Amino acid sequence: MKKHRLWAQKVFFLSFKTAACLNGAALLLILYFMVSRGWRAISWDFLTQSPKDSMTAGGILPCIVGTTSLCLMTLMVALPIGVCSAVYLNEYARQGTLVRIIRLGINNLAGVPSIVFGLFGLAFFCIVLKMGVSIAAGGLTLGIMTLPVIIGASEEALKAVPNTYREASFAMGATKWQTIKKVVLPAAFPGIITGSILGLSRAAGETAPIMYTGAVFFTPDLPGSILDEVMALPYHIYVLATAGTNIEATRHLQYGTALVLILLVFGMNLAAIILRSKMRKKLRI
Amino acid sequence: MKRQHIDKGVQSGFLLVALFSITALSLIMVFLFMEGLPILEHVNIKEFIFGKYWYPTDDPADFGILALIAGSVCVTLLSGLMAIPLGIMTAVYLAEIASPRVAEIVKPIVELMASLPSVVIGFFGMVVVAPFIQKLFNIPVGLNMFNASLMLAFMSIPTICSLSEDAIFSVPRALKEASFALGATHFETIVKVIIPASLSGICTAVILGLSRALGETMVVLMAAGGAAMMPTSIFDPVRPLPASIAAEMAEAPFRSEHYHALFAIGIVLFVFTFIFNLIADYISYKFRQVGEASL
Repeated sequence: MKKHRLWAQKVFFLSFKTAACLNGAALLLILYFMVSRGWRAISWDFLTQSPKDSMTAGGILPCIVGTTSLCLMTLMVALPIGVCSAVYLNEYARQGTLVRIIRLGINNLAGVPSIVFGLFGLAFFCIVLKMGVSIAAGGLTLGIMTLPVIIGASEEALKAVPNTYREASFAMGATKWQTIKKVVLPAAFPGIITGSILGLSRAAGETAPIMYTGAVFFTPDLPGSILDEVMALPYHIYVLATAGTNIEATRHLQYGTALVLILLVFGMNLAAIILRSKMRKKLRI
Repeated sequence: MKRQHIDKGVQSGFLLVALFSITALSLIMVFLFMEGLPILEHVNIKEFIFGKYWYPTDDPADFGILALIAGSVCVTLLSGLMAIPLGIMTAVYLAEIASPRVAEIVKPIVELMASLPSVVIGFFGMVVVAPFIQKLFNIPVGLNMFNASLMLAFMSIPTICSLSEDAIFSVPRALKEASFALGATHFETIVKVIIPASLSGICTAVILGLSRALGETMVVLMAAGGAAMMPTSIFDPVRPLPASIAAEMAEAPFRSEHYHALFAIGIVLFVFTFIFNLIADYISYKFRQVGEASL
Protein backbone atom coordinates (compact mmCIF):
# COMPACT_ATOMS: atom_id res chain seq x y z
CA MET A 1 0.00 0.00 0.00
CA LYS A 2 2.69 2.42 1.06
CA LYS A 3 4.73 1.51 -2.00
CA HIS A 4 1.83 2.28 -4.29
CA ARG A 5 1.37 5.72 -2.73
CA LEU A 6 5.02 6.57 -3.08
CA TRP A 7 4.88 5.53 -6.71
CA ALA A 8 1.98 7.86 -7.34
CA GLN A 9 3.93 10.62 -5.66
CA LYS A 10 6.92 10.02 -7.89
CA VAL A 11 4.82 10.09 -11.06
CA PHE A 12 3.00 13.28 -10.09
CA PHE A 13 6.13 15.08 -8.93
CA LEU A 14 7.72 14.24 -12.24
CA SER A 15 4.77 15.79 -14.08
CA PHE A 16 5.08 18.95 -11.95
CA LYS A 17 8.73 19.13 -12.82
CA THR A 18 7.90 18.64 -16.50
CA ALA A 19 5.45 21.52 -16.33
CA ALA A 20 8.13 23.79 -14.90
CA CYS A 21 10.62 22.66 -17.54
CA LEU A 22 8.08 23.26 -20.29
CA ASN A 23 7.93 26.96 -19.36
CA GLY A 24 11.69 27.26 -19.49
CA ALA A 25 11.75 25.42 -22.81
CA ALA A 26 9.16 27.77 -24.30
CA LEU A 27 11.15 30.82 -23.20
CA LEU A 28 14.37 29.36 -24.59
CA LEU A 29 12.66 28.52 -27.87
CA ILE A 30 11.47 32.11 -28.35
CA LEU A 31 14.86 33.52 -27.39
CA TYR A 32 16.62 31.04 -29.67
CA PHE A 33 14.62 32.12 -32.73
CA MET A 34 14.97 35.82 -31.97
CA VAL A 35 18.71 35.67 -31.35
CA SER A 36 19.62 33.27 -34.15
CA ARG A 37 17.69 35.19 -36.76
CA GLY A 38 18.18 38.68 -35.36
CA TRP A 39 21.82 39.02 -34.44
CA ARG A 40 23.02 39.32 -38.01
CA ALA A 41 20.85 42.39 -38.57
CA ILE A 42 22.38 44.22 -35.64
CA SER A 43 25.34 46.38 -36.49
CA TRP A 44 26.60 49.82 -35.59
CA ASP A 45 24.83 51.28 -38.63
CA PHE A 46 21.59 49.52 -37.67
CA LEU A 47 21.66 51.21 -34.28
CA THR A 48 22.72 54.67 -35.46
CA GLN A 49 20.89 55.30 -38.73
CA SER A 50 17.38 56.23 -39.74
CA PRO A 51 15.26 53.86 -41.83
CA LYS A 52 15.82 54.27 -45.57
CA ASP A 53 14.06 53.37 -48.83
CA SER A 54 10.55 53.38 -47.31
CA MET A 55 11.74 51.35 -44.33
CA THR A 56 13.24 48.42 -46.24
CA ALA A 57 16.80 49.31 -45.28
CA GLY A 58 18.73 51.44 -42.83
CA GLY A 59 18.58 51.43 -39.06
CA ILE A 60 16.32 52.06 -36.11
CA LEU A 61 17.87 55.05 -34.36
CA PRO A 62 14.60 57.07 -34.29
CA CYS A 63 12.85 54.10 -32.65
CA ILE A 64 15.51 53.77 -29.95
CA VAL A 65 15.41 57.50 -29.23
CA GLY A 66 11.60 57.45 -29.29
CA THR A 67 11.27 54.53 -26.88
CA THR A 68 13.85 56.12 -24.55
CA SER A 69 12.04 59.46 -24.49
CA LEU A 70 8.67 57.76 -23.93
CA CYS A 71 10.24 55.87 -21.01
CA LEU A 72 11.66 59.06 -19.48
CA MET A 73 8.26 60.74 -19.76
CA THR A 74 6.65 57.69 -18.17
CA LEU A 75 9.12 57.80 -15.31
CA MET A 76 8.49 61.49 -14.73
CA VAL A 77 4.77 60.83 -14.44
CA ALA A 78 4.66 57.56 -12.58
CA LEU A 79 7.55 57.82 -10.12
CA PRO A 80 6.48 60.87 -8.07
CA ILE A 81 2.81 59.91 -8.02
CA GLY A 82 3.61 56.28 -7.30
CA VAL A 83 6.01 56.96 -4.45
CA CYS A 84 3.73 59.54 -2.82
CA SER A 85 0.75 57.15 -3.04
CA ALA A 86 2.82 54.38 -1.47
CA VAL A 87 4.01 56.71 1.31
CA TYR A 88 0.43 57.63 2.09
CA LEU A 89 -0.78 54.04 2.06
CA ASN A 90 2.09 52.68 4.10
CA GLU A 91 2.96 55.52 6.47
CA TYR A 92 -0.17 57.57 7.06
CA ALA A 93 -3.31 55.63 6.21
CA ARG A 94 -5.27 53.61 8.71
CA GLN A 95 -7.42 50.69 7.60
CA GLY A 96 -10.78 52.03 6.59
CA THR A 97 -13.15 52.73 3.74
CA LEU A 98 -10.89 55.35 2.18
CA VAL A 99 -7.96 52.97 1.96
CA ARG A 100 -10.23 50.23 0.60
CA ILE A 101 -11.35 52.61 -2.14
CA ILE A 102 -7.81 53.69 -3.01
CA ARG A 103 -6.66 50.07 -3.15
CA LEU A 104 -9.65 49.12 -5.27
CA GLY A 105 -8.63 51.90 -7.65
CA ILE A 106 -5.04 50.67 -7.84
CA ASN A 107 -6.01 47.01 -8.30
CA ASN A 108 -8.49 47.79 -11.02
CA LEU A 109 -6.12 50.18 -12.75
CA ALA A 110 -3.64 47.30 -12.88
CA GLY A 111 -6.26 45.17 -14.59
CA VAL A 112 -7.37 47.62 -17.27
CA PRO A 113 -6.45 46.21 -20.71
CA SER A 114 -3.60 48.05 -22.40
CA ILE A 115 -5.68 48.97 -25.46
CA VAL A 116 -8.23 50.67 -23.18
CA PHE A 117 -5.43 52.86 -21.84
CA GLY A 118 -4.70 53.67 -25.46
CA LEU A 119 -8.32 54.66 -26.09
CA PHE A 120 -8.33 56.81 -22.98
CA GLY A 121 -5.06 58.48 -23.90
CA LEU A 122 -6.38 59.23 -27.37
CA ALA A 123 -9.64 60.73 -26.10
CA PHE A 124 -8.19 62.63 -23.13
CA PHE A 125 -4.56 63.60 -23.72
CA CYS A 126 -4.50 63.79 -27.50
CA ILE A 127 -7.90 65.35 -28.14
CA VAL A 128 -9.26 67.08 -25.01
CA LEU A 129 -5.88 68.34 -23.77
CA LYS A 130 -4.85 69.00 -27.38
CA MET A 131 -1.46 67.29 -27.10
CA GLY A 132 -1.94 65.41 -30.35
CA VAL A 133 0.14 62.33 -31.03
CA SER A 134 3.21 63.16 -28.96
CA ILE A 135 5.76 61.99 -26.42
CA ALA A 136 3.76 63.82 -23.76
CA ALA A 137 0.49 62.04 -24.54
CA GLY A 138 2.13 58.64 -24.97
CA GLY A 139 4.24 59.04 -21.83
CA LEU A 140 1.28 60.13 -19.73
CA THR A 141 -0.73 57.15 -20.95
CA LEU A 142 2.12 54.74 -20.21
CA GLY A 143 2.69 56.49 -16.89
CA ILE A 144 -0.85 55.85 -15.69
CA MET A 145 -0.53 52.26 -16.86
CA THR A 146 2.75 51.77 -14.94
CA LEU A 147 1.48 53.47 -11.78
CA PRO A 148 0.16 50.31 -10.04
CA VAL A 149 3.49 48.52 -10.53
CA ILE A 150 5.45 51.40 -9.03
CA ILE A 151 3.02 51.83 -6.12
CA GLY A 152 3.27 48.11 -5.35
CA ALA A 153 7.07 48.10 -5.49
CA SER A 154 7.38 51.27 -3.40
CA GLU A 155 5.05 49.91 -0.74
CA GLU A 156 7.07 46.73 -0.58
CA ALA A 157 10.24 48.79 -0.14
CA LEU A 158 8.67 50.98 2.56
CA LYS A 159 7.43 47.91 4.43
CA ALA A 160 10.95 46.50 4.44
CA VAL A 161 12.23 49.51 6.42
CA PRO A 162 12.40 48.32 10.06
CA ASN A 163 10.07 50.08 12.48
CA THR A 164 12.96 50.74 14.84
CA TYR A 165 14.27 53.32 12.33
CA ARG A 166 11.04 55.27 12.60
CA GLU A 167 10.85 54.94 16.38
CA ALA A 168 14.43 56.12 16.79
CA SER A 169 13.65 59.17 14.69
CA PHE A 170 10.46 59.93 16.63
CA ALA A 171 12.37 59.55 19.89
CA MET A 172 14.71 62.30 18.79
CA GLY A 173 11.77 64.63 18.41
CA ALA A 174 11.32 64.47 14.65
CA THR A 175 7.85 64.85 13.22
CA LYS A 176 6.33 62.27 10.95
CA TRP A 177 7.22 64.19 7.79
CA GLN A 178 10.80 64.73 8.92
CA THR A 179 11.06 61.01 9.69
CA ILE A 180 9.73 60.05 6.27
CA LYS A 181 11.94 62.52 4.44
CA LYS A 182 15.18 61.92 6.29
CA VAL A 183 14.91 58.30 7.46
CA VAL A 184 12.28 56.17 5.74
CA LEU A 185 12.61 57.29 2.13
CA PRO A 186 16.43 57.10 1.98
CA ALA A 187 16.29 53.59 3.45
CA ALA A 188 13.63 52.51 0.97
CA PHE A 189 15.28 54.22 -2.00
CA PRO A 190 17.06 51.20 -3.56
CA GLY A 191 13.89 49.12 -3.40
CA ILE A 192 11.87 51.88 -5.00
CA ILE A 193 14.39 52.21 -7.83
CA THR A 194 14.38 48.45 -8.44
CA GLY A 195 10.61 48.39 -8.70
CA SER A 196 10.59 51.42 -10.96
CA ILE A 197 13.04 49.83 -13.37
CA LEU A 198 10.82 46.73 -13.57
CA GLY A 199 7.77 48.90 -14.21
CA LEU A 200 9.60 50.89 -16.85
CA SER A 201 10.77 47.76 -18.64
CA ARG A 202 7.12 46.81 -19.03
CA ALA A 203 6.26 50.24 -20.36
CA ALA A 204 9.13 50.09 -22.84
CA GLY A 205 7.70 46.96 -24.45
CA GLU A 206 4.06 48.03 -24.59
CA THR A 207 2.58 48.76 -27.98
CA ALA A 208 -1.17 49.08 -27.67
CA PRO A 209 -1.22 52.18 -25.40
CA ILE A 210 1.10 54.19 -27.66
CA MET A 211 -0.29 53.12 -31.04
CA TYR A 212 -2.64 56.08 -31.19
CA THR A 213 -1.13 58.39 -28.57
CA GLY A 214 2.63 58.62 -29.08
CA ALA A 215 4.05 56.45 -31.82
CA VAL A 216 3.77 56.92 -35.55
CA PHE A 217 4.43 54.76 -38.57
CA PHE A 218 7.40 56.78 -39.77
CA THR A 219 9.05 60.07 -38.99
CA PRO A 220 12.49 60.87 -40.34
CA ASP A 221 13.41 63.42 -37.68
CA LEU A 222 14.44 62.85 -34.10
CA PRO A 223 12.06 64.45 -31.59
CA GLY A 224 12.84 68.06 -30.67
CA SER A 225 10.24 68.63 -27.95
CA ILE A 226 7.82 66.56 -25.91
CA LEU A 227 5.01 67.61 -28.22
CA ASP A 228 6.66 65.81 -31.15
CA GLU A 229 5.55 62.43 -32.39
CA VAL A 230 8.10 59.61 -32.35
CA MET A 231 8.80 56.17 -33.70
CA ALA A 232 9.00 53.42 -31.06
CA LEU A 233 10.65 50.00 -31.07
CA PRO A 234 7.59 47.84 -30.30
CA TYR A 235 5.36 49.70 -32.75
CA HIS A 236 8.09 49.52 -35.40
CA ILE A 237 8.13 45.70 -35.11
CA TYR A 238 4.38 45.61 -35.53
CA VAL A 239 4.42 47.98 -38.49
CA LEU A 240 7.21 46.16 -40.32
CA ALA A 241 5.65 42.76 -39.68
CA THR A 242 2.11 43.63 -40.77
CA ALA A 243 2.03 46.75 -42.89
CA GLY A 244 5.49 47.28 -44.36
CA THR A 245 5.96 47.79 -48.07
CA ASN A 246 7.69 44.43 -48.44
CA ILE A 247 7.06 42.23 -45.45
CA GLU A 248 9.17 39.24 -46.50
CA ALA A 249 12.17 41.32 -47.56
CA THR A 250 12.36 43.17 -44.25
CA ARG A 251 12.19 40.03 -42.09
CA HIS A 252 15.78 40.48 -40.92
CA LEU A 253 15.01 44.06 -39.86
CA GLN A 254 11.99 42.79 -37.93
CA TYR A 255 14.03 40.16 -36.10
CA GLY A 256 16.78 42.70 -35.48
CA THR A 257 14.36 45.25 -33.99
CA ALA A 258 12.73 42.55 -31.85
CA LEU A 259 16.14 41.48 -30.57
CA VAL A 260 17.07 45.06 -29.68
CA LEU A 261 13.80 45.44 -27.78
CA ILE A 262 14.35 42.14 -25.95
CA LEU A 263 17.91 43.15 -25.03
CA LEU A 264 16.67 46.51 -23.77
CA VAL A 265 13.92 44.96 -21.63
CA PHE A 266 16.09 42.11 -20.33
CA GLY A 267 18.90 44.54 -19.61
CA MET A 268 16.58 46.61 -17.45
CA ASN A 269 15.32 43.48 -15.68
CA LEU A 270 18.84 42.23 -15.12
CA ALA A 271 19.86 45.59 -13.64
CA ALA A 272 16.89 45.42 -11.30
CA ILE A 273 17.64 41.83 -10.26
CA ILE A 274 21.31 42.63 -9.56
CA LEU A 275 20.35 45.74 -7.62
CA ARG A 276 17.89 43.68 -5.58
CA SER A 277 20.36 40.96 -4.67
CA LYS A 278 22.97 43.57 -3.71
CA MET A 279 20.39 45.21 -1.50
CA ARG A 280 19.48 41.94 0.19
CA LYS A 281 23.14 41.29 0.99
CA LYS A 282 23.42 44.77 2.45
CA LEU A 283 20.36 44.28 4.64
CA ARG A 284 21.68 40.99 6.00
CA ILE A 285 24.82 42.55 7.45
CA MET B 1 3.67 74.63 16.61
CA LYS B 2 4.83 75.34 13.06
CA ARG B 3 6.31 71.90 12.48
CA GLN B 4 2.99 70.29 13.32
CA HIS B 5 1.25 72.51 10.79
CA ILE B 6 3.66 71.49 8.07
CA ASP B 7 3.10 67.88 9.07
CA LYS B 8 -0.66 68.16 8.65
CA GLY B 9 -0.23 69.88 5.31
CA VAL B 10 2.13 67.23 4.05
CA GLN B 11 -0.24 64.48 5.10
CA SER B 12 -3.11 66.00 3.12
CA GLY B 13 -0.76 66.41 0.18
CA PHE B 14 0.08 62.71 0.19
CA LEU B 15 -3.59 61.82 0.50
CA LEU B 16 -4.39 63.95 -2.53
CA VAL B 17 -1.74 62.21 -4.60
CA ALA B 18 -2.86 58.80 -3.36
CA LEU B 19 -6.33 59.57 -4.68
CA PHE B 20 -4.84 59.92 -8.17
CA SER B 21 -5.23 56.22 -9.02
CA ILE B 22 -8.94 56.19 -8.35
CA THR B 23 -9.26 59.53 -10.18
CA ALA B 24 -7.46 58.08 -13.20
CA LEU B 25 -9.71 55.04 -13.14
CA SER B 26 -12.79 57.27 -13.01
CA LEU B 27 -11.47 59.44 -15.84
CA ILE B 28 -10.90 56.34 -17.96
CA MET B 29 -14.51 55.31 -17.36
CA VAL B 30 -15.85 58.79 -18.07
CA PHE B 31 -14.02 59.10 -21.37
CA LEU B 32 -14.85 55.57 -22.50
CA PHE B 33 -18.53 56.18 -21.90
CA MET B 34 -18.47 59.68 -23.33
CA GLU B 35 -16.97 58.51 -26.62
CA GLY B 36 -18.63 55.09 -26.68
CA LEU B 37 -22.25 55.69 -25.75
CA PRO B 38 -23.13 57.81 -28.82
CA ILE B 39 -23.11 54.57 -30.85
CA LEU B 40 -26.44 53.78 -29.20
CA GLU B 41 -27.98 56.52 -31.33
CA HIS B 42 -27.36 54.27 -34.33
CA VAL B 43 -27.95 50.78 -32.98
CA ASN B 44 -29.68 49.66 -29.82
CA ILE B 45 -27.72 47.87 -27.18
CA LYS B 46 -29.20 44.46 -27.99
CA GLU B 47 -28.25 44.70 -31.66
CA PHE B 48 -24.80 45.90 -30.70
CA ILE B 49 -23.98 43.06 -28.34
CA PHE B 50 -25.92 40.22 -29.99
CA GLY B 51 -25.59 41.30 -33.62
CA LYS B 52 -23.66 38.73 -35.60
CA TYR B 53 -22.35 41.02 -38.33
CA TRP B 54 -19.47 43.42 -37.94
CA TYR B 55 -19.17 45.46 -41.14
CA PRO B 56 -18.32 48.90 -39.75
CA THR B 57 -17.29 50.45 -43.07
CA ASP B 58 -20.22 49.26 -45.20
CA ASP B 59 -23.10 51.53 -46.09
CA PRO B 60 -25.33 50.99 -44.14
CA ALA B 61 -22.84 49.74 -41.57
CA ASP B 62 -23.39 46.74 -39.31
CA PHE B 63 -22.24 47.07 -35.71
CA GLY B 64 -22.78 43.67 -34.11
CA ILE B 65 -19.96 42.48 -31.90
CA LEU B 66 -21.14 38.97 -30.99
CA ALA B 67 -18.51 37.38 -33.23
CA LEU B 68 -15.82 39.53 -31.63
CA ILE B 69 -17.00 38.63 -28.13
CA ALA B 70 -17.07 34.96 -29.13
CA GLY B 71 -13.53 35.31 -30.46
CA SER B 72 -12.29 36.87 -27.22
CA VAL B 73 -14.05 34.33 -24.99
CA CYS B 74 -12.88 31.31 -27.02
CA VAL B 75 -9.28 32.48 -27.21
CA THR B 76 -9.22 33.25 -23.48
CA LEU B 77 -10.77 29.93 -22.46
CA LEU B 78 -8.52 27.90 -24.73
CA SER B 79 -5.45 29.70 -23.41
CA GLY B 80 -6.72 29.12 -19.86
CA LEU B 81 -6.99 25.40 -20.60
CA MET B 82 -3.25 25.40 -21.22
CA ALA B 83 -2.09 28.09 -18.81
CA ILE B 84 -4.04 27.15 -15.67
CA PRO B 85 -2.68 23.60 -15.22
CA LEU B 86 0.83 24.58 -16.29
CA GLY B 87 0.90 27.70 -14.12
CA ILE B 88 -0.41 25.99 -11.00
CA MET B 89 1.81 22.93 -11.44
CA THR B 90 4.86 25.14 -11.85
CA ALA B 91 3.84 27.07 -8.75
CA VAL B 92 3.48 23.84 -6.73
CA TYR B 93 6.83 22.65 -8.03
CA LEU B 94 8.52 25.91 -7.07
CA ALA B 95 6.96 26.27 -3.65
CA GLU B 96 6.93 22.64 -2.51
CA ILE B 97 9.10 20.29 -4.51
CA ALA B 98 12.08 22.08 -5.96
CA SER B 99 15.20 22.47 -3.88
CA PRO B 100 15.96 26.10 -3.02
CA ARG B 101 18.82 26.09 -5.49
CA VAL B 102 16.64 24.93 -8.39
CA ALA B 103 13.90 27.37 -7.41
CA GLU B 104 16.50 30.12 -7.45
CA ILE B 105 17.06 29.37 -11.15
CA VAL B 106 13.46 28.74 -12.20
CA LYS B 107 12.01 31.87 -10.58
CA PRO B 108 14.00 34.34 -12.72
CA ILE B 109 12.91 32.32 -15.78
CA VAL B 110 9.28 32.92 -14.87
CA GLU B 111 10.06 36.60 -14.27
CA LEU B 112 11.74 36.86 -17.65
CA MET B 113 8.72 35.20 -19.27
CA ALA B 114 6.58 37.94 -17.76
CA SER B 115 8.87 40.64 -19.04
CA LEU B 116 8.92 39.59 -22.70
CA PRO B 117 7.08 42.35 -24.59
CA SER B 118 3.74 41.22 -25.98
CA VAL B 119 4.61 42.45 -29.46
CA VAL B 120 7.59 40.08 -29.51
CA ILE B 121 5.38 37.15 -28.55
CA GLY B 122 2.86 38.13 -31.20
CA PHE B 123 5.65 38.41 -33.73
CA PHE B 124 6.94 34.97 -32.75
CA GLY B 125 3.44 33.52 -33.17
CA MET B 126 3.20 35.12 -36.57
CA VAL B 127 6.52 34.21 -38.14
CA VAL B 128 7.52 30.99 -36.37
CA VAL B 129 4.47 29.27 -34.88
CA ALA B 130 2.02 30.02 -37.71
CA PRO B 131 3.94 28.25 -40.52
CA PHE B 132 4.70 25.42 -38.12
CA ILE B 133 1.12 24.61 -37.13
CA GLN B 134 -0.04 25.21 -40.69
CA LYS B 135 2.20 22.35 -41.79
CA LEU B 136 1.65 20.21 -38.70
CA PHE B 137 -2.15 20.18 -38.88
CA ASN B 138 -2.36 20.68 -42.63
CA ILE B 139 -4.67 23.70 -42.45
CA PRO B 140 -4.99 26.68 -44.82
CA VAL B 141 -3.98 29.43 -42.35
CA GLY B 142 -1.60 29.30 -39.43
CA LEU B 143 -2.88 32.54 -37.90
CA ASN B 144 -5.87 31.26 -35.93
CA MET B 145 -7.47 30.77 -32.56
CA PHE B 146 -5.12 27.95 -31.59
CA ASN B 147 -2.01 29.96 -32.37
CA ALA B 148 -3.23 33.01 -30.45
CA SER B 149 -4.27 30.87 -27.46
CA LEU B 150 -0.87 29.23 -27.34
CA MET B 151 0.83 32.64 -27.26
CA LEU B 152 -1.65 34.01 -24.71
CA ALA B 153 -1.06 30.99 -22.49
CA PHE B 154 2.62 31.83 -22.51
CA MET B 155 1.73 35.35 -21.36
CA SER B 156 -0.63 34.38 -18.57
CA ILE B 157 1.46 31.55 -17.09
CA PRO B 158 3.79 33.94 -15.21
CA THR B 159 0.85 35.77 -13.62
CA ILE B 160 -0.87 32.54 -12.58
CA CYS B 161 2.37 30.95 -11.44
CA SER B 162 3.80 33.72 -9.30
CA LEU B 163 0.50 34.61 -7.59
CA SER B 164 -0.30 30.93 -6.88
CA GLU B 165 3.18 30.42 -5.55
CA ASP B 166 2.71 33.26 -3.08
CA ALA B 167 -0.55 31.68 -1.95
CA ILE B 168 0.98 28.21 -1.55
CA PHE B 169 3.99 29.65 0.21
CA SER B 170 1.85 31.38 2.82
CA VAL B 171 0.12 28.17 3.99
CA PRO B 172 1.11 27.75 7.65
CA ARG B 173 3.80 25.16 8.28
CA ALA B 174 1.81 23.58 11.08
CA LEU B 175 -0.84 22.35 8.66
CA LYS B 176 1.73 20.60 6.56
CA GLU B 177 3.41 19.05 9.57
CA ALA B 178 0.10 17.84 10.97
CA SER B 179 -0.61 16.10 7.68
CA PHE B 180 2.80 14.43 7.70
CA ALA B 181 2.24 13.34 11.28
CA LEU B 182 -0.92 11.53 10.20
CA GLY B 183 1.14 9.47 7.79
CA ALA B 184 0.28 11.27 4.53
CA THR B 185 2.87 11.35 1.80
CA HIS B 186 4.15 14.68 0.51
CA PHE B 187 1.95 14.40 -2.58
CA GLU B 188 -1.17 13.62 -0.53
CA THR B 189 -0.35 16.59 1.68
CA ILE B 190 -0.09 18.86 -1.34
CA VAL B 191 -3.39 17.71 -2.87
CA LYS B 192 -5.48 17.40 0.28
CA VAL B 193 -4.05 20.07 2.55
CA ILE B 194 -1.90 22.67 0.86
CA ILE B 195 -3.93 23.28 -2.28
CA PRO B 196 -7.29 23.48 -0.44
CA ALA B 197 -5.71 25.85 2.08
CA SER B 198 -4.43 28.15 -0.64
CA LEU B 199 -7.42 27.79 -2.93
CA SER B 200 -8.57 31.40 -2.59
CA GLY B 201 -5.15 32.67 -3.61
CA ILE B 202 -4.99 30.25 -6.52
CA CYS B 203 -8.46 31.32 -7.69
CA THR B 204 -7.38 34.96 -7.59
CA ALA B 205 -4.29 34.06 -9.58
CA VAL B 206 -6.33 32.23 -12.22
CA ILE B 207 -8.85 35.06 -12.55
CA LEU B 208 -6.13 37.69 -12.90
CA GLY B 209 -4.28 35.52 -15.42
CA LEU B 210 -7.41 35.06 -17.52
CA SER B 211 -8.23 38.74 -17.26
CA ARG B 212 -4.76 39.53 -18.58
CA ALA B 213 -5.28 37.15 -21.51
CA LEU B 214 -8.66 38.70 -22.27
CA GLY B 215 -7.27 42.22 -22.41
CA GLU B 216 -4.04 41.41 -24.24
CA THR B 217 -3.93 43.21 -27.55
CA MET B 218 -0.79 42.70 -29.61
CA VAL B 219 -0.79 38.90 -29.49
CA VAL B 220 -4.35 38.55 -30.72
CA LEU B 221 -3.84 41.36 -33.20
CA MET B 222 -0.89 39.62 -34.83
CA ALA B 223 -1.55 35.90 -34.35
CA ALA B 224 -5.33 35.37 -34.25
CA GLY B 225 -6.02 35.86 -37.96
CA GLY B 226 -8.44 38.76 -37.70
CA ALA B 227 -11.62 37.37 -39.28
CA ALA B 228 -14.76 38.77 -37.63
CA MET B 229 -16.75 35.52 -37.88
CA MET B 230 -18.21 33.12 -35.37
CA PRO B 231 -15.52 30.47 -34.85
CA THR B 232 -16.56 26.86 -35.54
CA SER B 233 -13.26 25.12 -34.81
CA ILE B 234 -10.09 25.95 -32.95
CA PHE B 235 -8.30 26.38 -36.26
CA ASP B 236 -10.60 29.18 -37.42
CA PRO B 237 -9.19 32.68 -37.56
CA VAL B 238 -10.88 34.98 -35.04
CA ARG B 239 -10.92 38.68 -34.26
CA PRO B 240 -11.06 39.26 -30.50
CA LEU B 241 -12.27 42.59 -29.04
CA PRO B 242 -8.87 44.23 -28.40
CA ALA B 243 -7.65 43.31 -31.89
CA SER B 244 -10.63 45.04 -33.49
CA ILE B 245 -9.98 48.26 -31.61
CA ALA B 246 -6.27 48.27 -32.38
CA ALA B 247 -6.67 47.33 -36.03
CA GLU B 248 -9.49 49.69 -36.92
CA MET B 249 -8.84 52.83 -34.88
CA ALA B 250 -6.45 54.16 -37.53
CA GLU B 251 -9.06 54.09 -40.29
CA ALA B 252 -12.05 55.25 -38.24
CA PRO B 253 -12.78 58.94 -38.93
CA PHE B 254 -12.82 61.10 -35.79
CA ARG B 255 -16.19 60.92 -33.97
CA SER B 256 -17.78 58.86 -36.74
CA GLU B 257 -20.11 55.95 -35.97
CA HIS B 258 -17.19 53.58 -36.38
CA TYR B 259 -15.09 55.60 -33.91
CA HIS B 260 -17.87 55.52 -31.32
CA ALA B 261 -18.39 51.80 -31.93
CA LEU B 262 -14.72 51.10 -31.20
CA PHE B 263 -14.94 53.02 -27.94
CA ALA B 264 -18.08 51.03 -27.13
CA ILE B 265 -16.04 47.85 -27.65
CA GLY B 266 -13.58 49.39 -25.20
CA ILE B 267 -16.44 49.73 -22.68
CA VAL B 268 -17.33 46.05 -23.12
CA LEU B 269 -13.71 45.05 -22.62
CA PHE B 270 -13.36 47.33 -19.61
CA VAL B 271 -16.53 45.96 -18.02
CA PHE B 272 -15.39 42.35 -18.58
CA THR B 273 -12.01 42.89 -16.94
CA PHE B 274 -13.48 45.14 -14.24
CA ILE B 275 -15.84 42.33 -13.19
CA PHE B 276 -12.97 39.83 -13.25
CA ASN B 277 -10.92 42.10 -11.02
CA LEU B 278 -13.77 42.77 -8.62
CA ILE B 279 -14.30 39.01 -8.23
CA ALA B 280 -10.59 38.47 -7.65
CA ASP B 281 -10.54 41.34 -5.15
CA TYR B 282 -13.60 39.95 -3.37
CA ILE B 283 -12.18 36.43 -3.13
CA SER B 284 -8.82 37.57 -1.83
CA TYR B 285 -10.46 39.92 0.68
CA LYS B 286 -13.20 37.57 1.86
CA PHE B 287 -11.14 34.40 2.09
CA ARG B 288 -7.85 35.96 3.05
CA GLN B 289 -5.87 33.83 5.39
CA VAL B 290 -5.90 35.14 8.95
CA GLY B 291 -3.81 32.57 10.74
CA GLU B 292 -4.71 28.90 10.85
CA ALA B 293 -8.18 29.49 12.24
CA SER B 294 -9.63 30.63 8.92
CA LEU B 295 -9.65 27.14 7.48
